[in-house]
Amino acid sequence: MSDTPFPLHYEDSTIRGILRSVHTIAMVGASGNWVRPSNFAMKYLQGKGFRVIPVNPGSAGKQILGETCYGSMSEIPDQIDMIDVFRSSEAAAGIVDEVIPIAADKGIKVIWMQLGVRNDAAGARAEAAGLTVVMDRCPKIEYGRLFGELSWCGVNSGIISSKRRKIG
Amino acid sequence: MADDTKNEGPGKNTGPWEYGFETRTIHAGASPDPVTGARSTPIYQTTSYVFDDVDHASDLFNLQTFGFIYSRLTNPTVSVLEERIANLEDGRAAVCAASGHAAQFLAFFSLLSPGDEFIASKNLYGGSITQFGVSFERLGWHCNFVDPTDPENFRKALTPKCKAIFIEVLANPGGVIVDLEAVAAIAKDAGVPLIVDNTLATPYLCQPFHWGADLIVHSTTKFLSGHGTSMGGALVESGKFDWFQDGRFPTMTEPDPAYHGLTFAETFGDFGFTMKARAVGLRDFGPCMSPQNAFYTITGMETLHLRMERHIANAQAVAEFLDDHDAVSWVSYAGLPDNPYHDLAKKYLPNGAGSVFTCGLKGGYEAGIKLVESVNLFSHLANVGDTRSLILHPASTTHRQLSDEQRTAAGAENDVIRLSIGIETADDLIHDLDKALAAT
Repeated sequence: MSDTPFPLHYEDSTIRGILRSVHTIAMVGASGNWVRPSNFAMKYLQGKGFRVIPVNPGSAGKQILGETCYGSMSEIPDQIDMIDVFRSSEAAAGIVDEVIPIAADKGIKVIWMQLGVRNDAAGARAEAAGLTVVMDRCPKIEYGRLFGELSWCGVNSGIISSKRRKIG
Repeated sequence: MADDTKNEGPGKNTGPWEYGFETRTIHAGASPDPVTGARSTPIYQTTSYVFDDVDHASDLFNLQTFGFIYSRLTNPTVSVLEERIANLEDGRAAVCAASGHAAQFLAFFSLLSPGDEFIASKNLYGGSITQFGVSFERLGWHCNFVDPTDPENFRKALTPKCKAIFIEVLANPGGVIVDLEAVAAIAKDAGVPLIVDNTLATPYLCQPFHWGADLIVHSTTKFLSGHGTSMGGALVESGKFDWFQDGRFPTMTEPDPAYHGLTFAETFGDFGFTMKARAVGLRDFGPCMSPQNAFYTITGMETLHLRMERHIANAQAVAEFLDDHDAVSWVSYAGLPDNPYHDLAKKYLPNGAGSVFTCGLKGGYEAGIKLVESVNLFSHLANVGDTRSLILHPASTTHRQLSDEQRTAAGAENDVIRLSIGIETADDLIHDLDKALAAT
């Protein structure tokens, strides 16, 4: 990420709003291999009540963590709130271009690019199409940070509050 | 001090808000207990934590979900302290350890392989010089010590095997203040992390990440805990170092065989380094902080800002008194206007140049021994950063294991007295030293 032009900043309220409003996530690049981050991020999000639908042409038709994997986003029969991009920054461009024409029909409101994935041009196209864009963040890590679990391993959540924290 | 001028006026404070340092010393990391509502941080005096089922246990052991397993790795009381330190340093994450030395071990173990090198300032706490120069050498980690008063010395000492640069911004006990921004620029050019021991300055006086440091280590035993009760250390990461820039940091960027091929920098991103230090360093070597010590340290830190104000004011008063005393040949305190590090202190330590400094006695080695044995209020012991004022003659104690050459390099010659000024009545401290100096 050394070539990134400027640091990305998202308000906690924005991220919290996304994580509270989203129910169904299509994870593009989801892996059936239990040691891959996409696999255990999917499992974690499932444990927090999200439905995660895997998308990966190499595993199309197979089951990943109890969900059928699709070869492309347009093949998913259900409504989707958010796309989680578990692919390279370069591949994110094609994914965004695939999402924009189907967003209204599928109900897609958010494109979230994983930690280490950032494509400013693609992000701008998605925003221009009315989508909310998050880049270079992990929804699992952000969920853990905002709802307290990440503090258990010494991460600075940035949260100051005299209210009891609800455990995710 | 936080100023309240950022308030936008009655009824207009509706936007995002950044809490001040003082508020964060008290609140960061410590929301009320989610189950009981306990307001003070409870001491979770437990070794282990139940699993929901075998699947949950397996996810925890594989670092695939967040949670507690065993207090050698994580403990709810210790994690409050970790988050608080990370927050005050404006870092991404922290991991605590049994002592400052343990934190340093975790930092270097997570960076180096046998045959690797690093560069360190030669003006360091004597224990660090021994740790780096003798014990680390036995692990195949070679330290090149350089004079930090010219930052270019770090650049000149760079080798292809160099994996880090280490400094104390406010050096113990030489009174040297290192040009942090200049050394950070050299580290950045070289593509290696700059590690700063911020123990003597504390984040109240200096925030090394704002000047380009990548990692910070602390002995929390000193000012953070503050009361001379509790051993501890911390390693903090800024989250901004690019481990993937080249192949030089395989501990971070190559699959870890002990975790099913997990790659720390990929899976944990900007808190990957402290996760590595925790999940491998703490797991395999075991120098964890106890929850009891974490509790005392958390409690102590809640008054860090108040204590440091008084430490600084007292140190300035005592330094000025000694500077005028006939039995004293020199005082090395950057708060004095004629000190060579006065300008660097104003830049990096604008609230004050700390409360640990040295002075030289005209009577040399014998006068040093006489002074430490004649004081009544100052405690003769080997620590710094206590509420109590402390005195030490390094040449006969902490630096005794070093060669004469190393002692000179570390600013611990025979005539040197080290003082850690506490938060008692300043006049009492001056009276105590004056009376004891008369006995020399």
